Amino acid sequence: MTPYRLPQGGLIDRSTPVSFSFDGQALQGFAGDSLASALLANGRLLVGRSFKYHRPRGILTAGAAEPNALVTIGRDGRTEPNTRATMQELYEGLEAKSQNRWPSLDVDIGSLNSLLSPFLGAGFYYKTFMWPAAFWEKVYEPFIRRAAGLGRATHEADPDAYEKSWAHCDLLVIGAGAAGLAAALGAGRAGARVILADEHAQPGGGLLSETAGIGGKSAPAFAADLLAELAALENVTILPRTTVFGWYDGNVFGAVERVQKHLAHPDAHRPVERLWRIVAKQALLATGAEERPLVFGGNDIPGVMMAGAMRCYLNRYGVAPGRQVAIFTINDSGYALARDLETAGVSQVTIIDSRPEGGIDYAGAARIVRGGVVRDAHGGKALTSITIAAGGKTERLRVDALAMSGGFSPIIHLACHRGGKPHWSDEKSAFMAPSGLQGLSLIGSAAGIDGIAACLEDGAAKGAALAETFGFKAEKPAFGLTAGEIAPMPARPLWTIPGIRGKAFVDYQNDVHRKDLGLAVREGYGHVELAKRYTTTGMATDQGKLSNVNAIALLAEARGVSPAEVGTTTFRPFYTPVSFGALAGPSHGRHFQPVRKSPLHGWAEKHGAVFVETGLWYRSAWFPRDGETDWRESVARETKNVRINAGLCDVSMLGKIEITGKDAAEFLNRVYCNAFLKLPVGKARYGLMLREDGFIYDDGTTSRLAQDRYFMTTTTAYASGVMNHLEFCAQALWPDLDVRLASVTDQWSQMAIAGPKARKILETIVDADLSNAAFPFLAAAEVSLFNGQVQGRLFRISFSGELAYELAVPAGYGEAVADAIMEAGRDHGIQPYGVEALAVLRIEKGHVTHNEINGTVTPGDLGFARMVPAAKPDFIGKRMLERAGLNDPQRHQLVGIRPLDPAAIFRTGSHILEKDAAAALENDQGYVTSSCHSPHLGSTIGLALVRRGAERHGEEVLVWNGLRGEFTPGRLCSPVFYDPQNEKLLA
Amino acid sequence: MASLLPCPHCGPRPREEFTVKGAAQARPAPDASPDVWFDYVYLRDNPRGAYAEYWHHTSGCRRWLIVTRDTATHDVFDSRDAAEGREVRA
Repeated sequence: MTPYRLPQGGLIDRSTPVSFSFDGQALQGFAGDSLASALLANGRLLVGRSFKYHRPRGILTAGAAEPNALVTIGRDGRTEPNTRATMQELYEGLEAKSQNRWPSLDVDIGSLNSLLSPFLGAGFYYKTFMWPAAFWEKVYEPFIRRAAGLGRATHEADPDAYEKSWAHCDLLVIGAGAAGLAAALGAGRAGARVILADEHAQPGGGLLSETAGIGGKSAPAFAADLLAELAALENVTILPRTTVFGWYDGNVFGAVERVQKHLAHPDAHRPVERLWRIVAKQALLATGAEERPLVFGGNDIPGVMMAGAMRCYLNRYGVAPGRQVAIFTINDSGYALARDLETAGVSQVTIIDSRPEGGIDYAGAARIVRGGVVRDAHGGKALTSITIAAGGKTERLRVDALAMSGGFSPIIHLACHRGGKPHWSDEKSAFMAPSGLQGLSLIGSAAGIDGIAACLEDGAAKGAALAETFGFKAEKPAFGLTAGEIAPMPARPLWTIPGIRGKAFVDYQNDVHRKDLGLAVREGYGHVELAKRYTTTGMATDQGKLSNVNAIALLAEARGVSPAEVGTTTFRPFYTPVSFGALAGPSHGRHFQPVRKSPLHGWAEKHGAVFVETGLWYRSAWFPRDGETDWRESVARETKNVRINAGLCDVSMLGKIEITGKDAAEFLNRVYCNAFLKLPVGKARYGLMLREDGFIYDDGTTSRLAQDRYFMTTTTAYASGVMNHLEFCAQALWPDLDVRLASVTDQWSQMAIAGPKARKILETIVDADLSNAAFPFLAAAEVSLFNGQVQGRLFRISFSGELAYELAVPAGYGEAVADAIMEAGRDHGIQPYGVEALAVLRIEKGHVTHNEINGTVTPGDLGFARMVPAAKPDFIGKRMLERAGLNDPQRHQLVGIRPLDPAAIFRTGSHILEKDAAAALENDQGYVTSSCHSPHLGSTIGLALVRRGAERHGEEVLVWNGLRGEFTPGRLCSPVFYDPQNEKLLA
Repeated sequence: MASLLPCPHCGPRPREEFTVKGAAQARPAPDASPDVWFDYVYLRDNPRGAYAEYWHHTSGCRRWLIVTRDTATHDVFDSRDAAEGREVRA
């Protein structure tokens, strides 16, 4: 016989049937069902296969600790594996699939692993996959990876939205059972800001499964009244379907709210899940207690269930577990279940109570076996019978359901998340929360308190007391008398059951059975942290919520010590699995990596630019023309055109920083290694910024626009880093300097106009006199354009080596000004050029970028030694730059390099060897930092950092690409390939 | 993940808004000995307990702060603008 729905009872809405499917089979439940209760109501016992042995598994719990009933929900992009059927609300059209089975749940080839179980014990992987080492990558790892994991994630994109929120409150109550509700009311009535979070759809906790009466009402009705009062309080927020998963610094709690996971068609304008960060002055942990399984043979056969869970399905969902039910208990909780079963009409109930005497005086009809144990359960995909051992005799009893209760463990996970260690209580036979906690305390059964009345009292008292500490006048709520409760008082634990024949599981999800723990101790892995890793007990999605205490007790017995001495493994967030979607929140796709467009993006697009992503920026890389089939063709044309006519390049993405204040000059003099004090107004200067360790950090030009006003440019990549660095220098190092910094990168549209005809073109746009005498190389000025219509800034600086200007105009004018320049330059042959051509131009000219400034070079390495004035009293990097190693003549220095054969090529990153040296790293002389095809020279050229490079111009070397096995004979030369006399630049 | 850092200008703000630079050490005088400079650039204490660090409120007021926190508990004892100096009240 299988479980079945009772004709009446439960909190389900029988007037609203709900259709769903499991492994393709159409089934029906009711509104208010969980997937687990609906599966049971349909007689489904077998819902999953275990991880290692692929044993048939059924539903074991009714809550978050469920290790077995993991299913895949949904389809396509909404596929969600490893969903606990016990936590999933039923909705119309829900599609659930079982996992870890092939070809089907009923016939699973993987179950052959069970036959191999003598070889699959603890440490199996460590012992088996050791040799030969060469097998690891090709054989073992693929095998383990395929076997690992339970459900399968989808590769399709998740169509749903997720969000993140912060919340602030006086009191966070975690768990809305008796204690939590009472605490929320105690603080809420007083006026404190309370958040009450509960992981279930319907708050109420154990009250929803309780048949006792409270204050003259049924327990569920009592809970509903409390919730209604709380909901009416404006200062109280109830968050159902919200799992508080972690306790963090500053009394911040992480929680995930499953906003729409219970809906067939989530509203696209609302998130399906919301990640909360809740800042609470105080928190009360009212998470209750977890019932522990008993470790007997076959304790995993479908039909075996936790006693509390069976009672929950019976009372809350109106699902009876079977016709012949046995209850194996070490405490009184089994009797509450027996009574409720009898009330529901299940007449054949047997209680096997491990206690020879004591406990409640049970008046029901159930048969009671005193001082007995269930030694083994029997059956395959469904329980058929059990073997009871009592008084030296054994008895085989036919049953179709077996409940078990091995005592209760307070759910203290969150209380341990900040490093506190739980302590063992012999009196409670359980681990209790760490002592000395601040900002969080425990109430109700999470604090080891037994019984509804005591939990209500505890919660009400602590909630009201905390409200007083927040400055409210509070009165402890009173709730009337509790009637008919059978409260589970602590009882002597039963860790080891003698004479077991079958497999007795400790950790269901990882298939760790009793013998594995003994083996771990015998093989030297008895420490709890080692045993966890050796046997895998307490791992995976349930993290040992049911199994850990049993595992610790069995380790303790095997080691002959107390569980206190074994201790627990470390509790870490998350309490239950949190989806990647919730953690990512809205930060995915373009919300994670937005596109940063230059104000000249539209201009570049108009000219057919191909864009390249550099950081967040989209930069125009080249501008192909009709007939050009290869990007190199376009780049070569653009390069040549700059050298012959003129080109316009968007350089808006350079970092731009406005520096003002009467000490701005002194400030710049300290952040650059070269001299800036005497830079005249109206002049730009190349600046080298070092790190404090003496190596170059960034470079750029800084122009003095007025006595106390400078305009700095940085490289694109380091724009934000330089800004942070300058702020650090100004605020932390030299707060006495009068200097102000403002990032203006986005305020200016900046374009380089380069080439012999650049002046002629700009003269038609810029109102000022651009003659060499009036505006020489390195001139910088605020200028007006178009007869005073637009104000801009003009700099005579050149990255290309040509006569060149950089013109900055307010961002919004960028495209119009660029258009005007293109129009004015049409007869002069102006063309747009992209960053690829820019790179060719600068390599030809021997200008460095971060290819060369790679964190290992000093000014001297680049030939800039004379830029650093010895007399300067201080600048960032000064003292460390004086180190002997940074002035060693053997250092790598910047050189140019060309192939001996102009048709030969070499690549950036290739290494330099002496002409006849063997290709080995010990012969390494340096490496190529930049390379390109130079249209000017008609061959590949490169810049390189080479040992003593400055004095080796003319030396023949070998360029070695070890990755591709390429060898290119080459010759070192000056890094300036183009216009070494600067005649073009100064023209 | 979540924790809040008190900014003297903006109040308690999410940690994600800040960037940590490391130990809040005083920059040595330009003429200090090479040993002192080497320590400043490369050597760090790794105390259990109070530790003063530079934090930048990068996505907030953009001020550099000196935050003194407990490396074991992450309790923040003090948070001040770096321009106010590095004297720290524990």
